[in-house]
Amino acid sequence: MKSFALHAGILVVLFALQFVLPPYHHSNAARIMVYAILAVGYNVLFGYTGLMSLGHAMFFAAGAYGAGLGIFWLGLTPLAGLGLGIASGFTVSAIAGALLIRSTGVAFLIVTLMLAQAFFLSILYFNTITFGDQGLVLTQLAPIGPFALSEPWVKYNLALLSLSIALGVSLWVSQSAFGKVLVAIRENEPRTRMLGYETSLYRFAALMISGTLSSLSGALYCLLFSYVGASFASLQYSTFPLLWTLLGGAGTVIGPLIGTGLMFYLTDISSGYTSSYLLVVGFALVALTLWFPKGIAGMLRARFFPWLP
Amino acid sequence: MLLEATSLSRRYGGIAAVDAVDFSLHEGEVRAIIGPNGAGKTTLAGMICGRIEPTAGSIRFENEDITRASAPARVLRGIAYTFQVTSIYRNLSCFDNVALAAGRWITGERAVAEAVTEALARVGLSGDAARLAGVLPYGHQRLLEVAMALALKPKLLIMDEPTQGLAPAEIVAFCDLVRDVATSATVLIIEHNLKVVLELASRITVMDGGRIIAEGTPDEIEQHPAVKLAYLG
Repeated sequence: MKSFALHAGILVVLFALQFVLPPYHHSNAARIMVYAILAVGYNVLFGYTGLMSLGHAMFFAAGAYGAGLGIFWLGLTPLAGLGLGIASGFTVSAIAGALLIRSTGVAFLIVTLMLAQAFFLSILYFNTITFGDQGLVLTQLAPIGPFALSEPWVKYNLALLSLSIALGVSLWVSQSAFGKVLVAIRENEPRTRMLGYETSLYRFAALMISGTLSSLSGALYCLLFSYVGASFASLQYSTFPLLWTLLGGAGTVIGPLIGTGLMFYLTDISSGYTSSYLLVVGFALVALTLWFPKGIAGMLRARFFPWLP
Repeated sequence: MLLEATSLSRRYGGIAAVDAVDFSLHEGEVRAIIGPNGAGKTTLAGMICGRIEPTAGSIRFENEDITRASAPARVLRGIAYTFQVTSIYRNLSCFDNVALAAGRWITGERAVAEAVTEALARVGLSGDAARLAGVLPYGHQRLLEVAMALALKPKLLIMDEPTQGLAPAEIVAFCDLVRDVATSATVLIIEHNLKVVLELASRITVMDGGRIIAEGTPDEIEQHPAVKLAYLG
């Protein structure tokens, strides 16, 4: 109950923020919320199930390209494009999950990395359709009902609505019996099998949820920022959600959102002072892992709020 | 017959860890498997509970062939297993540890909680429900693992070296617990401590070099010449 109130409260604050934020930060906040969905999805697999993926760019790009190509080539409406993006992510997750059914630990890491690289190279290879690394710019997206996607407030609230869904899923995972088994797998998989749980099926389900949420993030990015490029499938987009999640606190519902926002502004502010802003970001990450190895929300849970999901 | 294994084998390369063993258990008995290191005891138990795949032979449980059944599927049929090296969820509370076991076959939060309370009480850990499992003393961690197994309501409970690392006083209490468990389940114990085995077991199986070299009541086993040679020295 407490945890539900907390997360509902955070969403209310995010809703209220749009009325006070200046335009620059208003648009940043929308972007952060879209990215945070990727991190929330990543966290279901990494934080709760204990499987570290280096291939989430594939799910993000599957969502983005599903939406982008659907709108560009098939003339879909934005909403149908969003649906196609999520369906692509769902399909790619199912295929990846089937291939990864026996992989855990380092093998999981390497196979996800390999799959995502194959996906990335395929996007470049089929550049007549995807426009390769040059990308695809969507101009003049049709409005969703009476709402024009070019309006900042529409972007903001669409991002917020999607984030609410993602956080809702994540909160459900953390509270449900299903999620407790995921945590059990993270903590001790052999024991969990010997309690009668077919752990490979649970890992598969966790990957499906994680990959599909990540594709929601990608599809939404395409809709709100009208661009899809091959870089979405590059390694960088696989490491981002890992860093955001680690920074904010793996295995907490709210951590990925905190981590995404913090990292975004860390990059934003430091790049205002120096061109080597990644160095600043790097130092900040080292410092945080030294002093808060459990991430920010993880530290808050350990020290102050043991009930934090 | 509760369990019947026929010419069960497990080979690792050229080595037969278990070599064409016939092994059966009656309902309600307390059986111990003894034997020197490398005799194949843990491999045999592993094949019965499904952790290790046999290279040949078959296993029947309650008259159904379970040779190809996965370990989780066997747990649902009623075969529970406690690990040789204590295997619990150190970062979860004792309650949550046992709830994961009970939750596998009971639905409803209250029903699970009742089963957890009962299992914890049975091993004497009622007061520790809210504590993290990892902070319990070692002997209590072993008991917690037994509580997890009990919460599965097994028909057959397999314990791999359960008294290893326990203090003498704890071993006495543990024997009482096993006798209590035996009133509701068949128990198969792999054990090095011969005193424990002679006290608890209704029948003893002796293994050496991947084969069963003797089987009988504690009295018979104590007098068996091959056993004296291979195990007691």
